[in-house]
Amino acid sequence: MALSERIKKTIEGIRHQFPTEQALLIPALLEAQDEHGWVSLDNMRDIGDYLHLPLAKVREVASFYTMLKLAPQGKVDLQICTNISCWLNGADKLVACAQRKLHVSNNGTTADGNFTLTQVECLAACGTAPAIMLNEDYYENVDEAQLEKLIDQASSDLAGGRPVGKSTRTEGVWP
Amino acid sequence: MMYNNEHYEPVITPNVDKTDCHTLDFYIQHEDGYKALAKALAMNPDAVVDEVKKSNLRGRGGAGFPTGMKWSFMPKDPKNADGTPKPKYLVCNADEGEPGTFKDRLIFTKTPHRMIEGMIIAGHAIASNKGFIYIRGEWFKETRLMQKAIDDAYAKGFLGKNILGTGFNYDLVIYKGAGAYICGEETALLNSLEGKRGEPRLKPPFPAMVGAFGMPSCVNNVETFAAVPYIINKGWEKYAKMGTERSGGTRLIGVSGHINKPGVYELPMNLSINDIIEIAGGVKGGTLKAVIPGGASAPMLKASECGCLTDYDSLAKAGTMAGSGGLIVMNDTVSIPEATYTLLKFYEHESCGQCSQCREGSHWLARMFKRILDGGGTQDDLDYIAKICGNMAGQTICAFADAVTGPALSSVRKFRHEFEELILKGGLTGIGRQEAVSHKMEGAHV
Repeated sequence: MALSERIKKTIEGIRHQFPTEQALLIPALLEAQDEHGWVSLDNMRDIGDYLHLPLAKVREVASFYTMLKLAPQGKVDLQICTNISCWLNGADKLVACAQRKLHVSNNGTTADGNFTLTQVECLAACGTAPAIMLNEDYYENVDEAQLEKLIDQASSDLAGGRPVGKSTRTEGVWP
Repeated sequence: MMYNNEHYEPVITPNVDKTDCHTLDFYIQHEDGYKALAKALAMNPDAVVDEVKKSNLRGRGGAGFPTGMKWSFMPKDPKNADGTPKPKYLVCNADEGEPGTFKDRLIFTKTPHRMIEGMIIAGHAIASNKGFIYIRGEWFKETRLMQKAIDDAYAKGFLGKNILGTGFNYDLVIYKGAGAYICGEETALLNSLEGKRGEPRLKPPFPAMVGAFGMPSCVNNVETFAAVPYIINKGWEKYAKMGTERSGGTRLIGVSGHINKPGVYELPMNLSINDIIEIAGGVKGGTLKAVIPGGASAPMLKASECGCLTDYDSLAKAGTMAGSGGLIVMNDTVSIPEATYTLLKFYEHESCGQCSQCREGSHWLARMFKRILDGGGTQDDLDYIAKICGNMAGQTICAFADAVTGPALSSVRKFRHEFEELILKGGLTGIGRQEAVSHKMEGAHV
């Protein structure tokens, strides 16, 4: 399997901006993550081949960053910030609520493969705590009722084949 | 409120509540947008550096290093071994992630052109033709807004070739991080920008000599750049006057936690912590117990210490730091050991693992705090925490280890009775532990 045309197009679109080829590694990994929902060893090998980097180098980078997932994830990455300001404003309750509603533990994926629940560190939205993310989108000042609603909405969007948590994205445009 | 400062006026946020304040049109029409750029480009680069030096602008990322001085460290005419000129790079640190800090996100979403203009001026000042904006990966919307702002600036000729007909060329490039707090440390950020693990570099050489891609580089925070257009437009004196003797201008203070009106406030530095809490509507849900004045890494202050002023020097004198301007307020319902554990879990997760003192120390501290919360702590633990911290601070490649010891040490020193009570009572159970969420760390057996 080789790198998809889409990823190649993104990389070639920004190649001229950087003085080294290795600088394109993280953008390539992020794109692979976006395309597959996680970064597999095959993805890493393909990226390494394309950017002329040894597999070990690609792996050591891929394993460093928390946004790059090295195992399959749910279609919706539900991230709840549990750091200090969100914690002070009830993030614990949101985590418990999501666990109850989705029947998953932390870092778990629902049986239908739709949701992965993650507790994350500071999202830089402390003034509107508690903050959560659904895929690419922030939701702030969230309470349990709203969280349940967001999960329901995401479920119905998934069932209807609609994108979830990508409200600011323009397909085919980087970033 | 006049903030008892006749010189004060908002530098960065005068219009952030207005519709379309993030657009180029608004910036040009209502905020003298890109006028400072024209003025700066007509000045000698050294004069621009001098202006910023005299303004007493200090780095807003956390360390508070004088910005003009940092710019002056950039070599004038660096050459490769073969005599060809080396490029110089300017880097904007937009990897905001210090718990309690959310000011840069406001600039990105409400006044991105101010930062862009500041970067172009800085580029002129250090004779660089290229800037990178390193943005934390979670900011999808913010990254796209910034890219749009950059595209608009190119379209109007504020970026690109021959800017405003002066012959100066400048390009701005966005780079997305992928989730790592440590990449806010400038040399870790540079490694990440080069497509490597975000591990801080041993210094020297400093970035001004060997920075991004091995070239002389200067890294500044978003807010630092955003202050530059004002300084050029209104002059260093006006900016310097707003601040204290050794630190000019205003600061963006993010107030969060148990506070009635959380948010980002642009304030002069002659206010006390108590003043700021009052401005932000007062403590929510109880009386004040403690604050963290400058982002999670700043040592805590007790309520009785909150008369302290919030400039860099006063906070340093009080044994803490102004840091990134994140003021976290905690009321009397909070268990300080539990709050500190929340922070220590974060540090344990974010240590890059390069230095053993930090890798092991942040892990041990988190486990010891957990053990105390769970009822397995001993009096000896409290002394041992101090000992571990002593072996971490100042012993590592970067300041992360020092940052871990900020909350760990200050909480034990200032709220020792809460820890002793937990040790005697056998843990938090029964004295108001919040919702039973699993704080269990996989495989942790101390």
